[in-house]
Amino acid sequence: MQSTTAFEAMGARRLLIVGGITLVTAGMIFGDVFAVFVLHQNANRIGAALMAATDAAASKDAASVFAQFTNIGGMLENRGTKVDAHVHMIDFGYLALLLALIQPYVALTEFNRRRLAKLFLVGGVMLPVSVFLIHYIGLSYSPLSSIGWASISADLGGSFVIFACAGELIGLWRHARNSIEIESPKVMPTETTWTSRTLLTGGTLLILAGFLHGAFYAVVDLRNHETQDQIALETMINASVAQQNSASRNMRDARTVVDGYGMIQAEKAVNIAAHSHIIEFGLLAILLAFIQENVFLAERWKRRWAIVMLTGSVLLPAFVLLELQFGLIAGGIADVGGLLVIIALIGMLVGVLRNKGQVAATEGASA
Amino acid sequence: MSGSRRVLIISGVGLALWGMGFGLYYAVFVEHQALDKIGGSLATSFADAAGGDMVASRAALQTYADTQFDYVRSVDVHSHWIGLAMLLIVFGVAFDRVRFHENRKLLLAWSLVIGSVTFPLGVILQTLDRGIIPQAVAAIGAALVIIALAIIALGFGRTERN
Repeated sequence: MQSTTAFEAMGARRLLIVGGITLVTAGMIFGDVFAVFVLHQNANRIGAALMAATDAAASKDAASVFAQFTNIGGMLENRGTKVDAHVHMIDFGYLALLLALIQPYVALTEFNRRRLAKLFLVGGVMLPVSVFLIHYIGLSYSPLSSIGWASISADLGGSFVIFACAGELIGLWRHARNSIEIESPKVMPTETTWTSRTLLTGGTLLILAGFLHGAFYAVVDLRNHETQDQIALETMINASVAQQNSASRNMRDARTVVDGYGMIQAEKAVNIAAHSHIIEFGLLAILLAFIQENVFLAERWKRRWAIVMLTGSVLLPAFVLLELQFGLIAGGIADVGGLLVIIALIGMLVGVLRNKGQVAATEGASA
Repeated sequence: MSGSRRVLIISGVGLALWGMGFGLYYAVFVEHQALDKIGGSLATSFADAAGGDMVASRAALQTYADTQFDYVRSVDVHSHWIGLAMLLIVFGVAFDRVRFHENRKLLLAWSLVIGSVTFPLGVILQTLDRGIIPQAVAAIGAALVIIALAIIALGFGRTERN
C-alpha cells in the first residue's frame, strides 16, 4: 500500500513522473520521425554539396566553394539542432523521472517541490522546442550578432532546469543535515515484483553492454575515424587540384573519396547512436522499474509492457549497428524497436494517469 | 538514508548540475564560435586549393581537424557527465537492492562517483594536451565505472536469488 499524500493528483512526484514519461515519449517519436524523413535525405544532400565543392575547387572557382560550404553549414545546422532537440527532450524526461524518485529525500514543503517540478518541466520543454526552432528563426530580429532569439530562449530554458535542480539539491542537502522531517521512507519504491526486477536487471545489463561497446569504440575506432576523416578531405582536395589544369576533367577519384568520406561519417554515426541508445534505454528501464508502484494496471499488463520495452531496447541499438551491412532492412527493424519502446511508454503512462492517489495494488486494478 | 546512497544521490545531483553548467557555458561562449571555425576553415581549405595555394589549404584543413577534435570531446564530456550523473542518482535510489555489506557498498559508490568524474575529465583534458596522461585519466575513470557497474549487476542478481 502507498500513502495517498505521496502521489496526490497534482503532487510534485506525479507531475514529474507524468511529465518525464511524456517528454521521453515525445522525444522518441520526434527521433523516429527525424530518422525516417530527414536524416538520410539530409546526409545525401550533404554528400552532393561536398561533391559540388570539390568540382568547384577543380574549376578554381573559390566563390562557388564558399557557396557550397554555406549550403553544407545550413544542412549541418538543420541536422544538429534536430538531434539536440531529440536528445535534450529525452534526457530531461529521464531527469524528471529521477527527480520524482528522490522527492521523498527533498526536504522542502510540497508547495515548493511542486513549484520546482513545474519550473523544471517548463524548462525541459522550452529548451528542446527552442533548439528545434534555431534553424528556422536564425538571427531574425536578434539584438546579438551571432545568437538568435531561439538560442536565447533555449538558454533561458536551460537556466530554468538548472535552477530547479539547484533547488532540489538544496532540499537534499537539508535532508542530509537532518534539519527537516519529511515524508516517511515508506513512499520510496519498494516493490519487488517480477516486472520491477526484470526492468532493473535488464536495464543494468543494457547499460553495461553500452559501456563496453563505448569503451571498445573509443579504444579501437574513434581515433582511426578522426584520422581517416582528415585524410579523406585532404585526398578530396588533392584529387580536385590534380584536375585543375587537365583538358578533360575526370572527377571519378574525387567522387570515390567523397563516397568513402560518407561511409566514415556513417560508421561514426551508427556507433555513437548504438552506444547512446543502449545506455539510455538501460537507464530508462531502471527508472521505470521504480515507478511500477505508480502504474495502475494489472500485473499481467505491466509484464507485457516491460517485455515490449526491453525487446525494443535491444532491437533498436543492435539493428542500428547492423545498418551498414544490411541497409534499409536493418534500419526498418531498428525503427520498429523504437516504436515498441514508444508503445510500452504510452502503456505505462496510461497506468500512471489512471493512478490519482489510489492504493497501488495490482488486485485493485482492472485489466 | 545509508551512507552509500547519500554519496550517490548527492554526487549525482551535483554532477548533473556541473554537467549542465558546463553545457550552458559551452553553448553560450564556445560552441557557436567553434562551429563557425569548423565550417569556415573547411571552406577556406577548399577555396585555397581552388586558388592554387596548397600550403594555406593544408593549414586550414589542420585547423578544421583540431577544432573538430576539441568540439567532439567537449560535447561528449557534456553528455557523459550528465548521463553518468543520472546513473549515480538511479543507483542511489536502487542501492538498497544491492545485497553487499554497507562498507563494500560505500566503496562501490565512491568508485562509481570517482569514475564518473574522472572519465569525462580525462576526455576534456585531451583538448589541452593530447599526450598519454589525459588518456590514462579517462581510461582509469572508464574502467572504474565498468567494474563498478559489473559488481552492481552482480549485486542485483544476488538480491534476486535471495
